[in-house]
Amino acid sequence: MLAFLLRRIGLIIPTFIGVTIAAFAFIRILPGDPVLLMAGERGTSPERHAELMKQFGFDRPLWEQYLDYLFSALQGDLGNSLVTKKPVWDEFFTLFPATMELSFCAIVFAVVLGIPAGIFAAVRRGSWFDQSIMGTALVGYSMPIFWWGLLLIILFSGMLGWTPVSGRISLMYFFQPVTGFMLIDSLLSGQKGAFGSAVAHLILPTIVLGTIPLAVVARQTRSAMLEVLGEDYVRTARAKGLSPSRVIGVHALRNAMIPVITTIGLQVGVLLAGAILTETIFSWPGIGKWMVDSIFRRDYPAVQGGLLMIAAIVMVVNLIVDLLYGLVNPRIRHTR
Amino acid sequence: MKRTRLFLATMLATTMLAAGSASAKTLIYCSEGSPEGFDPAPYTAGTTFNASSRPLYNRLVEFERGTTNIIPGLAESWEVSDDSLTYTFKLRKGVKFQTTDFFTPTRDFNADDVLFTFERQLKKDHPWNQYTAGIAWEYFDGMDMPALIKSIEKVDDYTVKFNLTRPEAPMIANLAMDFASIMSAEYAAKLEAEGKKEMLNQQPVGTGPFKFVAYQKDAVIRYAAHDGFWNGKQPIDDLVFAITTDASVRQQKLKAGECHVAPYPNPADLADLKADPNLQVLEQEGLNVGYLAYNTTQAPFDNVNVRKALNMAINKQAILDAVFQGSGKIAKNPIPPTMWSYNDDIQDDPYDPEAAKKMLDEAGVKDLKMKIWAMPVQRPYNPNARRMAELIQADFAKVGVEVEIVSYEWGEYLKLSKEKDRDGAVLLGWTGDNGDPDNFLAVLLGCSAVGGSNRAQWCNQEFEDLIQKAKTLPNNDAREPLYRDAQVVFKREAPWATIAHSVVFMPMSKKVTGYKMDPLGSHRFDGVDIAE
Repeated sequence: MLAFLLRRIGLIIPTFIGVTIAAFAFIRILPGDPVLLMAGERGTSPERHAELMKQFGFDRPLWEQYLDYLFSALQGDLGNSLVTKKPVWDEFFTLFPATMELSFCAIVFAVVLGIPAGIFAAVRRGSWFDQSIMGTALVGYSMPIFWWGLLLIILFSGMLGWTPVSGRISLMYFFQPVTGFMLIDSLLSGQKGAFGSAVAHLILPTIVLGTIPLAVVARQTRSAMLEVLGEDYVRTARAKGLSPSRVIGVHALRNAMIPVITTIGLQVGVLLAGAILTETIFSWPGIGKWMVDSIFRRDYPAVQGGLLMIAAIVMVVNLIVDLLYGLVNPRIRHTR
Repeated sequence: MKRTRLFLATMLATTMLAAGSASAKTLIYCSEGSPEGFDPAPYTAGTTFNASSRPLYNRLVEFERGTTNIIPGLAESWEVSDDSLTYTFKLRKGVKFQTTDFFTPTRDFNADDVLFTFERQLKKDHPWNQYTAGIAWEYFDGMDMPALIKSIEKVDDYTVKFNLTRPEAPMIANLAMDFASIMSAEYAAKLEAEGKKEMLNQQPVGTGPFKFVAYQKDAVIRYAAHDGFWNGKQPIDDLVFAITTDASVRQQKLKAGECHVAPYPNPADLADLKADPNLQVLEQEGLNVGYLAYNTTQAPFDNVNVRKALNMAINKQAILDAVFQGSGKIAKNPIPPTMWSYNDDIQDDPYDPEAAKKMLDEAGVKDLKMKIWAMPVQRPYNPNARRMAELIQADFAKVGVEVEIVSYEWGEYLKLSKEKDRDGAVLLGWTGDNGDPDNFLAVLLGCSAVGGSNRAQWCNQEFEDLIQKAKTLPNNDAREPLYRDAQVVFKREAPWATIAHSVVFMPMSKKVTGYKMDPLGSHRFDGVDIAE
């Protein structure tokens, strides 16, 4: 297991360097630069433009800027945002808990609903239940997030008045963030009703962000279950006279879970992409919206730093998924 | 007896406290974006100013609410020397800076604060000139203040003198702008001593109507009324900015009562908002202009008759209907109608494709092919440049001119469109900074702006003489006729096709009273009240 772990971690180093190069190059390939965009219609003289680019250090050769970025990043210094002048690291970690809280709820939503739906659909293959689940999943998978979010807001917040429109908590509650996770902070604050308000604010964004992963997890569970249910050992288990719940819950499900775990792991990237739109609709102060704003402003340090952090998170999640495989399936941890 | 009195006093105090908290008035504003920081001087975005300079700070002079008139602010009065080179300000006494969790002022506002505010932007060797990495004083530099201000002197604690290098009539209007917001020198000294200079941009202290309470990035900004505000405490107790970037969501929040005021509605949502019995929609013409600038240095656009003919070929009403969807007004002058010196006597070029065709024939222009540049972004003065370009393309086709529409990334667009030998006519616009006509006419059409913000590359001596002379005159009454004449020259020479001024809408709850639309486009909550 240790060798497996080391091998996996060893793979992260070249990936990390690849990501730094991609993040560095990506924002510089885009036309325009931060000074031009800052000046807007007013414009700046070529001298002033050069002076500011020099002040930001963007006049140096690219390789020098890259090495500076790489070595600073290794020491945990991602530089200062050109716009807010605050350290990128601080900006990221102020906003990251909001994204993480939302993504976590969305993935829980997708797994808790998606796996049982997939199992039932597989067990009752071809039934109206199966067809309606899979039909709904296809619709969910194809749903444009922005449209879906607005539709839910107009229906549940606007017409029915059941849920708040946007934000993380009602503005009547005011406390300093401790962990950055609103569910936890609202409990810590001890203010009556704060936790309920935080939960209410999470409902619609969770559904919107969780819809695509839910559809994917349900479809993947169904197809994995169907495959496993046709295997000899399931027939043997049934022949032994085991109860259907034991056959499905223990023998079939455990084996069907490997591709499902892979899928869930891959959804982390999907969630972060979906978070950009979900956060914009629900005024959710997370990193998705922050990254988009930074790209539009050509805030080089923020984009480089943010991409690097996101990539690092995806890498860590993938590592955890790989390790989970090992736990679920001994064959994987023993392969060389 | 004593005990009874104490008991009564305690009861009274408790009741008052309870009543106070029950009736705490909170106004929630669903702002369209996050501020870049809380020190307004390094920034240029209206969103940042609405969250910083307007609620938190004052300036020596202020724009009167709802107008572009200049009224005394932290300066009670001012005098301009005969040669227009020295401005002497008498400062207001007894002005308190805000007391917050992070700073308690020990003295009132005085001349040191004025010096600190301006010298940090003016002097490259000032300890606060680079107080955080990569800071730039965009507006101060953009308004040419470093070249204009020779020195600033403290005459005594309540008198400050600005010495200029040349007469500049818009100087007073410039001092009402956001970059001139007066900072506390005492607070800055405290931050410097603690080695926390960057906090000036994060935990602001000013003399303005509201004090800063807290900011949760990209989510909420909280302010409370400044009890010691020199102009009287505000009618509301708390002001909250709920940052909501999407216009449709702002509309839903407003309708659901989650906010009281929500700016920048989608034009398509206006009918719905106006129909809501709980809402009111205020509107005002924006201080802006959207235009099509020909490159007047290149044939055949160097011929005024060709430019005139093309202007007559544009169906502006169709553009207004399709692009502005009712939220615009046809522009005939380069300055908006809400600005003083606007010349309403000027007749716009009529829409007359037949006459236009004839004029082009007479000018010997046949089979003309030209480029029109369409901006890639949405701006207040042009909500959809691509669509506008397509409409003009169709209009020009009717008079035999073939148009190719080109576009670039926004930063590139701004840069390339400045170039003197640029090929084609450019769609662009401008939003006023200080309500002074010079801020439009000199910046966009002056000879010194050729190769820069003068996209028509147009330098007309008659026009130039008028605007240069107007700059040196001491009062607006004397300046006005010159600017009116300059607009006549502009219309005659037609370096642009002036297209539209936008109309700005501000939907809000009917509970909100006293809100005034600002012609400069800022959103101010001083003097605003909310019914229970």
